[in-house]
Formats: sequence, structure tokens, C-alpha cells
Amino acid sequence: MNEFTQFVVGVWLQVPGWAQYLLIIVGEILAIVIPVILVVAYMTYFERKVIGYMQSRIGPNRVGIRGLLQPFADVIKLVMKEVVLPRNANRFLYFLAPVLAILPAIGAWVVIPFYPGVVVADVDAGLLVLLAVSSIGVYGIILAGWASNSKYAFLGAMRSAAQMVSYEIAMGFAIVGVLMASQTLNLTEIVQLQAGGIWHWYFIPLLPLLAVYFISGVAETNRLPFDMAEGESELVAGFHVEYSGTAFAVFFLAEYTNMVLISAVASILFLGGWLSPFEGLSWIGQPSTFWLLLKMAFFLFLFLWFRATFPRYRYDQIMRLGWKVFIPVTLVWIFVEGAMIIGNVHPWFA
Amino acid sequence: MLSPGEIIYQALFYLFAGAAVLAGLRMILTRNPVYSALFLVLAFVNVALLWVQMGAEFLGIILVLVYVGAVMVLFLFVVMMLDINLATLRQGVTRYAPLGLVVAGLIIAEIVWAVWGHFLGVGNTPQTAASALSNTRELGTEIYTHYLYAFEVAAAILVLGIVAAIALTLRWRPATKHQNPGQQMRVKADERRIRLVDLKAGKKGEES
Repeated sequence: MNEFTQFVVGVWLQVPGWAQYLLIIVGEILAIVIPVILVVAYMTYFERKVIGYMQSRIGPNRVGIRGLLQPFADVIKLVMKEVVLPRNANRFLYFLAPVLAILPAIGAWVVIPFYPGVVVADVDAGLLVLLAVSSIGVYGIILAGWASNSKYAFLGAMRSAAQMVSYEIAMGFAIVGVLMASQTLNLTEIVQLQAGGIWHWYFIPLLPLLAVYFISGVAETNRLPFDMAEGESELVAGFHVEYSGTAFAVFFLAEYTNMVLISAVASILFLGGWLSPFEGLSWIGQPSTFWLLLKMAFFLFLFLWFRATFPRYRYDQIMRLGWKVFIPVTLVWIFVEGAMIIGNVHPWFA
Repeated sequence: MLSPGEIIYQALFYLFAGAAVLAGLRMILTRNPVYSALFLVLAFVNVALLWVQMGAEFLGIILVLVYVGAVMVLFLFVVMMLDINLATLRQGVTRYAPLGLVVAGLIIAEIVWAVWGHFLGVGNTPQTAASALSNTRELGTEIYTHYLYAFEVAAAILVLGIVAAIALTLRWRPATKHQNPGQQMRVKADERRIRLVDLKAGKKGEES
């Protein structure tokens, strides 16, 4: 065993410097992408189970013990299917669209810290990078709608583009609130500033912003009750109606990856990331990635809960909610927060 | 001998710079307007990456956030909706070409005049401030202390532009029907618009 380790170390030292550099980067990327994809896979299973029980059904229970292998069965099924290119579709953009959807969804994870130091790129402007990268995701949907050469797909794409651009503004303002409280854009520092137990987390002074952020997140990812982009009842499946097989699977992957991302960001910004709610109480008060995962699971459950509970919004109601309710709420709360900062409200704005 | 990091840094610089120039050219030369918009997006992204490489991370990110994430989406939107007839657009290209060249030359001359003497001399490039403050904070301090009035004027002009654009396009049509969500929500509960019924959950094999 020891010889084997020496052998591995020897091989590694033979690798030229630039290749080592690249290999480490690729390794870091894989260390994030593979767990994220596994989470997405089991998210679909969890979704079907949770919604199943909420509707007095059992959900998938055939593949593996209690249906635990269902995600893999789904993946195999999707990969085996033929990818159909509609007639008169724009071939290049048709296949570029899913790539543009998945790229920002996974790329945004680069700035997400899982623990102090456990982050691919610990950049100063992490929060801005996150906003910028996730704002590119809308291109995948628009291009999918246009390149499919189908009116349903195009209608879905237009709805979704308007919706995503509108809710990004509310989301941005909610993040401005966090920025004012933390005075930094670095996500690791934002979490560390919330240290000191559950009463120090930002969700207490910024509760309206958390609500706006998360609901905008649901709208951003085109999840129910804001799934106007798909609108199963009137647009068949919206922007991805013409996609089949792997190309469809990639859109699906992007949507779920974005859900996990929104949950992670909400946990980091408002619920203290990896910090324990019982800080100071022996072993249970230790910070750990476990807490971050638990908080993410809570938000992901909310996504499913919303889906099982609320009927779909009408389109003008979505726009009204985004522009006439959320943006004013965030603007007002930014001033309230400014007052709290001036008043040195403890323990958040000390 | 350059370190591995530096080699990759330089390779990336030439990749981004080359892609930005090529995308800019293709944006003008391509026939399909949707492709044009997409090449412009590509050019923006590459320029943003160049800025980030130079240490102007805030500007680079804001370029992506504002121009790629919002402005170009709306452009693309419009281009996709309108069926632009390129044949009519191309009429008179040769007639207007000389004027276009003059304008292009003027703009280039102005940029060179403004920038060359200060920044493009070798070894005279603007240095990134080596301070503990982050890029964003630094920029904020500059804008809100030294350039406050210019910044406020720019903001006022932007607001004016927004108001003007809305005022020009807003038309009240008397025939349209509106809903008042506030009124809809103030429906009295005792009007019994909805009756909620408590259904007992049935057990297996039991008729409900």
C-alpha cells in the first residue's frame, strides 16, 4: 500500500506543472458537478414521492427498494430515446440551447462555499458573479423556443423570458439587502458574519427580503406556481415541447440544478450557511456542511410543497406580483434596513 | 520561463480577445439577425472576461449582468418577433458606405485621442489599486465621493429617458377591460363565493 502511494506521488510529480494546474481545476469541477447531478437525480425521486404522499398516492415504488433506483431508470430511458430535430428548425441553435441552459446552472456553483475554504473560486464579488452567471440562463430557454420553429415553444419562451427578466430585478434588490447587512460580496464572509446562533442570522431582520428572494427564485426557475414557460395545459410543454431524449434531459437537469442553487444561496445568505442553529452547545453547535445541506433540503422541500399546493398563476398576475408587489416591498425594506443600520440594531448591525 | 498560471493566463487573454474581435465582426457580417444578436452577446461576454482578467471584476460582472442578462435578452426578443426583411435593409449599403466610413473613422480618432496619451503608452497602463479594499467598494467610494454630481446627473438623465419612453408608448384605450386585484381580494367572506367542505379521509376498503 505504501509503495502504491509512493508510486502515485511519483507519477504526479512527473506531470508537468501546467497539466497539474489543469488537473486540479478539473478535479475541483468534478467534485461539485457529480454530487450536484446526484442530488438532482434524487430530487426528482423525492419530488414524486413527496407530491405522491401529499396527494394520497405512493409514488414510484417499482424500481429497486421503495423505488430508490427510479432516477437511474429514468435517465437510461431518456438517453435511449431518439433526439428528434423538427423540420425547418435551426439545427445549430436547437442543439446549442440546452447547452446554454445547463452551462450557467452548473457554472454558478463555482462561488458557492460549502465550508470555509471549501469553494472552487473564493472571489470577492461572489454574490455578483452568482447573479451575473445565473442571468445568462434565460438564453437557453429563448433560443430553445425560437430554434424549435414551433409556436407553442415560442410562446413558452417569450413568457419565460419576460418572467425571468422581471423577477431578476426583485431578486437583485433582495440581495442588495443582504449586501447592506454584511458590507461584503464574498459569500464565505457573509456566512461568517452571521455567526453566534440562530438569532444572528439575517433572516430575522430581512424576513421580507427572504420571502421575496425565495418566491422570485421559484419564478426564476419556472417552477409551479409560476411555470408559465411550460404551461402544460395550454402550451403542451412550452419551450421544450420539441425536445426529446437527452436534449430534454439536459433542460430538466438545468431546471433542477437551478432549484438546488437557489436553495443553497438562500441558505447561505439568510440562514447562516454551515453555521449551527444551536451555536455554543457542545457538539451540536459546531459548524458543519451538514447544516448547509439540511437548510438546502428545507428550501427544496418548499419547492415541492408549493407545487403540490398552489394553482398556477395567471400571466398578468405573475407580472403584477413581480413589478407591483415585490419590487416596492424590497425598496421599502431597504430603507427600513438603512434605519436599522443607523440605529445599530443588535446583534445584526453592530 | 513563465509559471503554469501565467501561461494559462496569457492563453486565456488571447482566447478572449480573439473571440471578442471575431464575434464583433460576425455580428456585423452575418445575415441572420438572431445570429447577429447572439454574436453581440458573445462579444460582450468575452469583453467582460477580459475586464475581469485585468482586475476590473466589478465592471466585467456588471457588463454581463446588465447587458447580457437583461438588455440583449430584450433585443433578442424583438429581433425574434419581428420578421426582419434583410433585402430591404441592404438597399443603399453602397450609397451610405462612405458616410459610414467617415463616422467610423471619427469615432476611432476620438477614442485614440482620448485614450492613447494617457493609457496606451507602454508601461503606462492604469494600475489596479493594490489595497485591501475590494474592487466594488473602491469603485463605490470613488463614484459617491469624487464623481457624485456627474453620477447623479447620469442617473437623472436615465430616469428621464425611462419616463419619456413610457410616456411615448403608453396609450389608454377606453375599450380594454381591466381587473382590480385589490377589489377582487376584498370580496366579503360571508358572500360565500367558495364553500370549504371538510371531507373525512376514507380508510382502505371503505365507501366514502
